Amino acid sequence: MRRRWLIMLLLAAVGLSGCGDKKSHARAVYLLVDTSGTYAQELDRAEQVVNFLLGTLNPGDSLAVARVKSRSFTEKDIVAKATFAKDPLQANGQKRAFKERVSALKEKSKGGSAYTDITGGILQAAEFLNETGAGRKTILIFSDMQEELDAKTERNVNMNLTGIRVVALNVTKLATDNVDPKRYYGRLESWEKRVKSAGAAEWRMINDLEHLERMF
Amino acid sequence: MSWQIVPGNSSLSMLLLAALALAFLYAARQPLHGVIHSLSRALSDGLRLGARWLARAAVRLKERNTLVLLAHGREEVTQAIEREFQRVTVLVQRDLQGYPALQRRLLDDITRIEEDYRKCGEVPPPPPEWVKAVEAVAQIKHTGDGVAQKLLEVISESLESIYEQVLGEYRRAYEERHRILDSFVPFGRSLNETLLKVDRNIGGLQESAARIDAQMDRYEQIAAGSERVEHSLTASATVQFVISALVLVIAFGGAFVNFWLIARPMSAMVGGGEYIVGDLEASHIAALVIILVEATMGLFLMETLRFTHLFPRIHNLPDRMRRRMLWVAFSILFILAGVEVALAVMRDQIIAADIALKRGLGGGEIVAAVVETAWVNKIPVAGQMILGFILPFALAFIGIPLEYFIYSARTVLGGLLVLVVLSLGFVLRLTGNVTRHLGRALVMAYDAVIFLPLMIERAVLMLRGRPVASVSDAARLAKTPETLL
Repeated sequence: MRRRWLIMLLLAAVGLSGCGDKKSHARAVYLLVDTSGTYAQELDRAEQVVNFLLGTLNPGDSLAVARVKSRSFTEKDIVAKATFAKDPLQANGQKRAFKERVSALKEKSKGGSAYTDITGGILQAAEFLNETGAGRKTILIFSDMQEELDAKTERNVNMNLTGIRVVALNVTKLATDNVDPKRYYGRLESWEKRVKSAGAAEWRMINDLEHLERMF
Repeated sequence: MSWQIVPGNSSLSMLLLAALALAFLYAARQPLHGVIHSLSRALSDGLRLGARWLARAAVRLKERNTLVLLAHGREEVTQAIEREFQRVTVLVQRDLQGYPALQRRLLDDITRIEEDYRKCGEVPPPPPEWVKAVEAVAQIKHTGDGVAQKLLEVISESLESIYEQVLGEYRRAYEERHRILDSFVPFGRSLNETLLKVDRNIGGLQESAARIDAQMDRYEQIAAGSERVEHSLTASATVQFVISALVLVIAFGGAFVNFWLIARPMSAMVGGGEYIVGDLEASHIAALVIILVEATMGLFLMETLRFTHLFPRIHNLPDRMRRRMLWVAFSILFILAGVEVALAVMRDQIIAADIALKRGLGGGEIVAAVVETAWVNKIPVAGQMILGFILPFALAFIGIPLEYFIYSARTVLGGLLVLVVLSLGFVLRLTGNVTRHLGRALVMAYDAVIFLPLMIERAVLMLRGRPVASVSDAARLAKTPETLL
């Protein structure tokens, strides 16, 4: 009887010792920057968001910045991506290099794209974020949220955004929105409905870039 | 279904219902009184029993506390007496061991002084012939004879020269005596110093003996278990508890500072963003472990130095083994202090790199962390390095207040527990009394409600000539026999 108790105690001890914290505490952020049409003028502000992210993210976190163009479901549009090293000094070096790569975004986006494929960008972002295995995944969409697709592009696919937070940043009003604000609110509402139906953990909009800390 | 007995007449219905209720209550008076009595007695007896048990438990606890307190006090006094005896042993071994030599030296000094003193007493005797001649010349009468005059003058001249010669010898003899007396001085001083030393040693021995006497008196009082010594030990334990708690709080403050000094650079060693349990970062846990290991090594160091007595096994180790353990604990502590110094440098580098990055993100150009050359800029890192090296050793001393805290906490918390148990007992007893009186009050209230049937009963009994029981009789009957407490 005593021996059985001893064995059970030993098993419990072994079991407890194996109980580490399996949940990942790492964060992964994917920033989609709209480079289409007139919104390309907002790229300076996008850089401000990137700087904020570089200053906020910790070693072990992941960050990617990608353009939203006429067709965005491709890795080619990722301007910079990095999973920061566990060593803080090394992570610092990575952040410096990241900033330099993002600086080239403005040059690359000169002229702007004819169409805006936000859905394609989100699909690409979800793919990237799920691969990181991070515990907290966020898609930042720096856009006016006006999607425009050419006739050949098909985006009628089911998005899977389970466990991913979606934050729309700097959603500027279009000239048509000024005429009829319902268009603006309707656009936002439709995106919220769409990402939530795709399983997103949260939908949020931040237009005041002075309070970027609200994105987390 | 309507409650009205007489449909359409609620007043009459209510009256009839009240009458029915009164009749029912009057009929059920005795059993309901019994129920109330039983319930109140059951409750109050239970509570008072609990109070009694708690009071007895408090007494037992207090006795146990006293036993522990006296045992601890006895142990402390025994240690103090042992220490005093050790001091006396050292004193005796160091000083009294040399007493034969000291005595020989004293005797030598005294002998030399005596010899010199004897030499001082030897005065050269006057020449005897010369005295007789002077006596003969003194008998010559002055007659005015020229020969005699001439003879006397010659004698006078001779006497003067002899006198000068004798005086010279006399002076030389005195000079010799003074010289001998001068040579007394160092011997006298040496004698004085030796005697002073002896006096000091004897004085030290007397002080130790007085201290041992005082401790023995205390020991006897503790052994007798006197109330005075119990109070004094309790007061002493309370003071020790407060002081040691204060010192421990300060030490924890130091440990906290130490933790934040090494937690950040630890992420470079164990990796940042790694979590082990909940929201605790691996680097934080690693820093905590280092500090705890330092504290443990400090405890062992204090234990092997015999400053503390938390681990009897270490205390009872053979001296050689104990010394080895001391060096092992000290070496580990020293290495950990060195690691903390390295971490302090690393911390400074990480902070410098962070500042450079954030400056760049804020709009400036990103540059690699510049190593500042001005000595003023090196003060913070030097301060961190010194702190990193000193704090582990400072933490080592935590064992001393910890030991006092543990021993005094037993007394203080034991006393508090007695107080809590007594208070709980008082509350239980009070509740028991209140319950008992509530039962009586309920019985009286019951009778007050059915006062009408009771009055009728009394009138009937009076008419029949039987003794009438007052309303309060029921309450009296309800009184609980004072069987408990």
